Amino acid sequence: MKSLEELKAIRDKMRGQIDIREEDSDAMRVVVGMATCGIAAGARPVLRAFSDIVQERELKNVAVVQTGCIGLCQYEPIVEIYESNGKKTTYIKVKPEMVEEIVDQHVVKGNPVTKYTIEASKLG
Amino acid sequence: MYRSHVLVCGGTGCTSSGSEKIIEALEKEIAANGLTDEVQVVKTGCHGLCALGPIMIIYPEGSFYSMVKPEDIPEIVSEHLLKGRIVTRLLYNETITDNGVKALNETNFYKKQHRIALRNCGVINPENIEEYIGTDGYQALGKVLTEMTPDEVIQTILDSGLRGRGGGGFPTGMKWKLARNIVPDADQKYVCCNADEGDPGAFMDRSVLEGDPHVVLEAMAIAGYAIGANQGYIYVRAEYPIAIKRLEIAIKQAREYGLLGKNIFNTGFDFDIGLRLGAGAFVCGEETALMTSIEGNRGEPRPRPPFPAEKGLFQKPTILNNVETYANIPRIILNGAEWFASMGTEKSKGTKVFALGGKINNTGLVEVPMGTTLREVVEEIGGGIPNGKKFKAAQTGGPSGGCIPADHFDVPIDYDNLIAIGSMMGSGGLIVMDEDNCMVDIAKFFLEFTVDESCGKCTPCRVGTKRMLEILTKITKGQGTLEDIDKLEELCYYIKANALCGLGQTAPNPVLSTLRYFRDEYIAHVVDKKCPAGVCKSLLSYEILQDKCKGCTLCSRVCPAGAISGTVKNPHIIDKDKCLKCGACIEKCKFGAIVKK
Repeated sequence: MKSLEELKAIRDKMRGQIDIREEDSDAMRVVVGMATCGIAAGARPVLRAFSDIVQERELKNVAVVQTGCIGLCQYEPIVEIYESNGKKTTYIKVKPEMVEEIVDQHVVKGNPVTKYTIEASKLG
Repeated sequence: MYRSHVLVCGGTGCTSSGSEKIIEALEKEIAANGLTDEVQVVKTGCHGLCALGPIMIIYPEGSFYSMVKPEDIPEIVSEHLLKGRIVTRLLYNETITDNGVKALNETNFYKKQHRIALRNCGVINPENIEEYIGTDGYQALGKVLTEMTPDEVIQTILDSGLRGRGGGGFPTGMKWKLARNIVPDADQKYVCCNADEGDPGAFMDRSVLEGDPHVVLEAMAIAGYAIGANQGYIYVRAEYPIAIKRLEIAIKQAREYGLLGKNIFNTGFDFDIGLRLGAGAFVCGEETALMTSIEGNRGEPRPRPPFPAEKGLFQKPTILNNVETYANIPRIILNGAEWFASMGTEKSKGTKVFALGGKINNTGLVEVPMGTTLREVVEEIGGGIPNGKKFKAAQTGGPSGGCIPADHFDVPIDYDNLIAIGSMMGSGGLIVMDEDNCMVDIAKFFLEFTVDESCGKCTPCRVGTKRMLEILTKITKGQGTLEDIDKLEELCYYIKANALCGLGQTAPNPVLSTLRYFRDEYIAHVVDKKCPAGVCKSLLSYEILQDKCKGCTLCSRVCPAGAISGTVKNPHIIDKDKCLKCGACIEKCKFGAIVKK
């Protein structure tokens, strides 16, 4: 390495990957249901998609975490997003293709993608 | 990209409690569950809570698992990593609340801590330079080389108020300034790092080297630029194999990335670092002895002046700073002198790392702002004293320091306050003692250490400390007189005034401070022939209370000396001539019938 620019490039690349280790209780939490029902319905690629996109874009104050079964097994994969103000949005039957839109609209801009939420389905 | 990071402590503490096996089991189990692409296992440095090792933290949840065993790994992988269910039974109990789990930095142990020197310890993989760079590593070096003059660097360190963390507390910026200016036409200068941590109980330097080795390399390069040196040496004791291995890896990586070597960042600045291993002599932590040892000679101190800033290593201008001091430098450069000076007390800025040991619940490493009281460190962060015992004193500064009694529990800890109450900061070992510790015995322990470690070059230390130890031994055997105490005190002052190096000059401190605060204990040993804490064996006798003894015979069966006799269901007696005072009988007696007096 010969320049500060190269050093900064490595820093920026690594930073997104290390941010996951920060202790931040104010973070927005993206919670993916990863119980047997969730995994069977395909929650694992959804979890990875969220995790990758958050790190790639170096989004601050977002934690992608797992949880167990919340009891609505027929709607899995379920993803719940908790904003720092306590507001919760529940997305159902999430597919990896939907993840980018949810991150762009909801996580970044704060506008829930209502068409994927539980309220939009007939259950709501 | 990994969705989850599993951090396992690879510091010396957790390694000795088995973290290598944990990592092995973890990697195997993760592979068996097909999670290798999703979960990253990171071996980090020390988290500080060594008493609870091996320690594991899983992110993004931030779950802090303590005392993890290889048998627990399948459950952690299948429950937590696969299904997202936190394994509550393994959580550090301080993080469990009625409403779920709280963040680690909100627990008593971490809440009052402020980590600067230990910032990356337990967070990054010390064997991967890119993780260090990812936390702003080497940015400070880049900044000084491209934006600052050497004088500006020195001024920043001066303004920050940083003082040497190895013990003496000399202003670091002043040291650098002297080394830069004192010999204007020097052809060669050196930057040395003192990693010869020798105080019994202190291990913060080891933790920094193990957990964040690059911070020391970066700071030494900054120091080299500031004083005009192109060569550095790290003097580390051979008893720190993990630290040495990580330093070797770090130096190699830094050279590969062009952060050590020739023409760093294309600025024309050259700097390289060599490792020198010491054989673990305490005196080699003294600066002149350390340099003599690097030169290839027997580690003995030499008289000062000339000071190292003028004639140091190989008779060239040299600065010598401690590991923890260096660990503060890059942050001061990046965040500014004012930021650092805003922490701490008037004359002691920033934070200090303490190694908590002795009679305390949370044995480990803590970093607190200067000016934190001893009470906060012991009771809040340290979790108090086990078994409901009472705090008696804390020993700081190792064999060069002294005891702080309970009366001074609320004194804010900084360099000057500690000296005023007869102790010193030292490297930051903090040994807590309760009512079961005998202060004469403690003084004797430290004197034994100094006698052992005295290099023998000067008479006051070689002969004087030996005489002191003889008097202390006499007192603990109950053969001392009041004149002995006076003679002991007189010797202390002679040695302090006449010894050649810091080791000898401070060797009497443990005796002086215990005499100052616990003279009554010395007098009890001499006049009443009693050890109030019940430690000094020669002054103890064991007795069986005849009315409490049920005659169960257990004590006579465990006595290794056959000193207890008696028949079943009749009170037993101890033959005092045969008794070894080992205490085995007291431990076994179920009726509290055996007492020591």
